Amino acid sequence: MKVKGETLLWVTQRASAAVLALCVVVHLATLVYAVQGGLTAVEILARTRGSVAWLAFYAVFVLAIALHVPIGLRAVLNERAGWRGASRDWVLLGFGVLLACAGMRAVLAVYL
Amino acid sequence: MTQLNVKVWRGDAESGRFQQFDVPRHASQTVLDVVTYIQRALDPTLAYRFACRVGMCGSCAMTVNGAPRWTCRTHVDKVVRNDAIEIAPLRSLPVIRDLVTDMREFFDKWARAKGQFHGNRTKKEDFSVVKPESPQRKQADAGIECIGCGVCYSACDVVKWNPDYLGPAALNRAWTLVNDERDTANAERLRAVAGDAGCHACHTHMSCTEHCPKGISPTAGIAGLKREVLFALSRKEL
Repeated sequence: MKVKGETLLWVTQRASAAVLALCVVVHLATLVYAVQGGLTAVEILARTRGSVAWLAFYAVFVLAIALHVPIGLRAVLNERAGWRGASRDWVLLGFGVLLACAGMRAVLAVYL
Repeated sequence: MTQLNVKVWRGDAESGRFQQFDVPRHASQTVLDVVTYIQRALDPTLAYRFACRVGMCGSCAMTVNGAPRWTCRTHVDKVVRNDAIEIAPLRSLPVIRDLVTDMREFFDKWARAKGQFHGNRTKKEDFSVVKPESPQRKQADAGIECIGCGVCYSACDVVKWNPDYLGPAALNRAWTLVNDERDTANAERLRAVAGDAGCHACHTHMSCTEHCPKGISPTAGIAGLKREVLFALSRKEL
């Protein structure tokens, strides 16, 4: 089970990295395009409010982050701090949930 | 005759320090020649390990000016800086004394990576025919010349950070067996090399590939293991 779990974590991190690469490109391209005429909250909200497409895009972005970051930190904590085992994994699970909740709160704030 | 300013690590598993020696410089002198001169002419208590002197046995690897190398195949001309050389034991291995490291953990990890061949033929059967041009044979060929010197293991930062990590040499060995069509223990082997102490811990820094004196790329083999483990998972064989 441990081997399966470790392999699934590795696949999840690679897959989420691929999603993030695409999301970051779209996000930066939109940002560069959007600031051409000056950047205002009104302009941003006009684009995102009620837009199911942007809601879906940033929901995927946030979920990819919530998966990718804790798995990466798991290796960092192992290698740099020597922290292994269930306590580390529970803390990181909590951190992932926190990232997902905080991220989705921000996404919903510009959608609603 | 110019003199080499040589700093050599002296100590044991607990502690140590660099000791300075002046060694006469010669044409075509190797780092192993330098260490041997020190032991025979200057300080007979210096401990170091060597056997073949021609790059076949893999026993004389040390850290020379911060990089792991075979000392027998490293000319002084190639590594000397301002007529000075610093020689230390291999990194990430316990020091027994001076330049001699304890290789047990290194080779135990080969066993943990299921580095033993498991076949199913008896001596009553004919030889297996492995086609030299088959893709699997070519993959095995690319990693098969490893002589277990420990240079890649010492070069690897992940080994340093994660003591449980099997390391590039053991994983390279596992990869050659995964590509051996006669071998019958691959499911067990893939289970042994998966996870955060195995192939999935590799960050693809490629230090092993950079330093391997045989020109092997353990990084490529580890990438292959990651692929094979994934396929085994999808086939529910993990």
